[in-house]
Amino acid sequence: MSFPWAEHYTPKAPLMKWIDERLPLPRLVYSAVGAGYPVPRNLNYFWNFGVLSGVALMIQIVTGIVLGMHYAANELVAFGTTEHIMRDVNAGWMIRYAHANGASFFFIVVYLHIFRGLFYGSYKAPREMVWLLGLVIFLLMMATAFMGYVLPWGQMSYWGAKVITGLFGAIPLVGEPIQTWLLGGFAPGNAALNRFFSLHYLLPFVIAGVIILHIWALHIPGSNNPTGVDVKGPQDTVPFHPYYTAKDGFGLGVFMILFTALLFFAPNFLGHPDNYIEANPLSTPAHIVPEWYFWPFYAILRAFTFDFFFVPAKLLGVLAMFASILLLFFLPWLDNSPVRSGNYRPMFKKFFWFGLIPCVLILGYCGGAPAEEPYVMLSQFAAAYYFAHFLIILPAIAYFEKPLPLPNSITEAVLAKHGESVTGSQGLAPSAVPAE
Amino acid sequence: MLRPALIAIGAFFTLMLLYSFGSGAVAYLGDPPAATAEKEFHLHPKEVEFSFNGALGHYDRQQLQRGFQVFKEVCSACHSLKFVAFRDLQQIGYNEAEVKAIAKQWAIKTPDVDPATGEMSSRDPVPADHFPKPFANNVAAAAANNNAIPPDLSLMTKARHEGSAYVYSLLTGFQAQPAALLKKFPDSKTPEGLHYNPYFANLNLAMAPPLVADGQVTYGDGTKATVDQMSQDVAAFLTWTAEPKLENRRSAGLAVVFFLLIATGLAYMSYRNIWADKKH
Repeated sequence: MSFPWAEHYTPKAPLMKWIDERLPLPRLVYSAVGAGYPVPRNLNYFWNFGVLSGVALMIQIVTGIVLGMHYAANELVAFGTTEHIMRDVNAGWMIRYAHANGASFFFIVVYLHIFRGLFYGSYKAPREMVWLLGLVIFLLMMATAFMGYVLPWGQMSYWGAKVITGLFGAIPLVGEPIQTWLLGGFAPGNAALNRFFSLHYLLPFVIAGVIILHIWALHIPGSNNPTGVDVKGPQDTVPFHPYYTAKDGFGLGVFMILFTALLFFAPNFLGHPDNYIEANPLSTPAHIVPEWYFWPFYAILRAFTFDFFFVPAKLLGVLAMFASILLLFFLPWLDNSPVRSGNYRPMFKKFFWFGLIPCVLILGYCGGAPAEEPYVMLSQFAAAYYFAHFLIILPAIAYFEKPLPLPNSITEAVLAKHGESVTGSQGLAPSAVPAE
Repeated sequence: MLRPALIAIGAFFTLMLLYSFGSGAVAYLGDPPAATAEKEFHLHPKEVEFSFNGALGHYDRQQLQRGFQVFKEVCSACHSLKFVAFRDLQQIGYNEAEVKAIAKQWAIKTPDVDPATGEMSSRDPVPADHFPKPFANNVAAAAANNNAIPPDLSLMTKARHEGSAYVYSLLTGFQAQPAALLKKFPDSKTPEGLHYNPYFANLNLAMAPPLVADGQVTYGDGTKATVDQMSQDVAAFLTWTAEPKLENRRSAGLAVVFFLLIATGLAYMSYRNIWADKKH
């Protein structure tokens, strides 16, 4: 797709030739994830997380479909059918724990994938569309995960649904009608549970569709790489298969080991005990917290404790929480430094490692803690930095920073790492013979 | 046009938050949050050695049966166990005939419809039935228990932090209110009808101490039924009711992780092999 030297598909087996002439699907696969897709040769392990996110989605869809066969979205029996899955369905406990922990692992790999994009400048031209579609996937994932957490109809399911839909209630004038419309009632109940189940089943397939667009958009310019330098010639790339399929195979193995270790030996570690209590509208849990992957955003929501003239603190919190994600859509235009990789950006690197990362971790910690001091204070400080980082510091750095000298090519960077200089056929001269 | 607008939004949120942070910090340092009795006197569950602790522990069938006996003779008078069926008891070492007998002799009957008249009636439970509830509904449960509804115990050890140790600690944790607490928080005297227990979240629990005397239950296997022993046993039993597949899970996990370690080792070698001639 992307580079002139990409291998073209030539079917070997007669059957594949027959299919390819009538439906060029083998050709599509070959050019998308086969030997026909040239990829920079210097990708590090951070480039494994895109494939792993796709695998995590598949795990969720497969386990989810099986769970859907045994679950009933009705407020009277939902909690009981979940327990029925855990106790009476063959291997039901494994499927449900895989689905619950699979959601967490989906977010872990997606967060690492986003981290990779942020540090190596993968959001910059010409990959803005890849970044924007990725954010759409992230928003869809959050909606899907939130609705999925409501389905077991435990205490946190119920009260989480109440709090999150309550956010819409903070919108002036139309807030409460919107909240009622979303829930199909004044409080979470059967109507809400049913529509959440329906949407929870639908959205993963929408995510799968947007992933196709995400990969399609990626394959126009091709993958970014740790140097952030554009691919200059065939010597800079290797075919996706077998080089990166092999590397992704190893990455998948490590992912599965960590995932199954948690699934089989500490399946409730990331869950909340209150969700093993059946939903009870008359008894509010002492601390209502969402799942861990929402904690940073939950901390931003709760960080606003002062009204701003006629704008109540609650509305500010809601706006800030949505803004904290939506601002990422503007990132390619906020950070207009021409250098992509953080490795060549001394100022950016400092603010990234000593500002953004600790602040996001603090927000995550505070979002899971009770809404009391000193956690509120800490999250206010960290949230202030979060907004400043993306909306003020990044544009400013791009203006003031003196980037380090970039390597002339990926190959040069690779060889320099191995203590060699660029010579012979691996060189950069435009007339160079293709190395492979 | 876009950039100045975004920077202005950023500046607004940042200044708002820094102002809140500053005033919050001043308030916190000048006037720290007041101590509460719950904060100072609530205790984390005690350390208990259970056979199923750790990543590879197993249930002790004898202990589960003793715990079941405590549940049957003490807890089941007020607490339901609605997600567990009599047939499940075969997993803790009772045979089919014993389970049948346990179900038949259960003190609470299973509600049913009389097949002849269609009237509501009740009958002896059979192994396929779940444990019948001691109260017909929540209103009856509240009415009989000083307005507190005894919670279902099926999932209790998963519904609390460190649940197995929590159940044990709660059962052995009833005590007189410490003098230090009353001295510091004179308003926090345990209300009439409640019972002080530092392992309970708000310190005062509606449940009266259920295990009060050694020998309250007579164990068939000769184990001495101290309050401590009974509490441990019933905590173990309730761990099983909450997570009956724990042993299947752990043994499946060992096989899966073992397989994956080998597969990942091979995948790593294949990765190194394919990249052997390629500097990267």
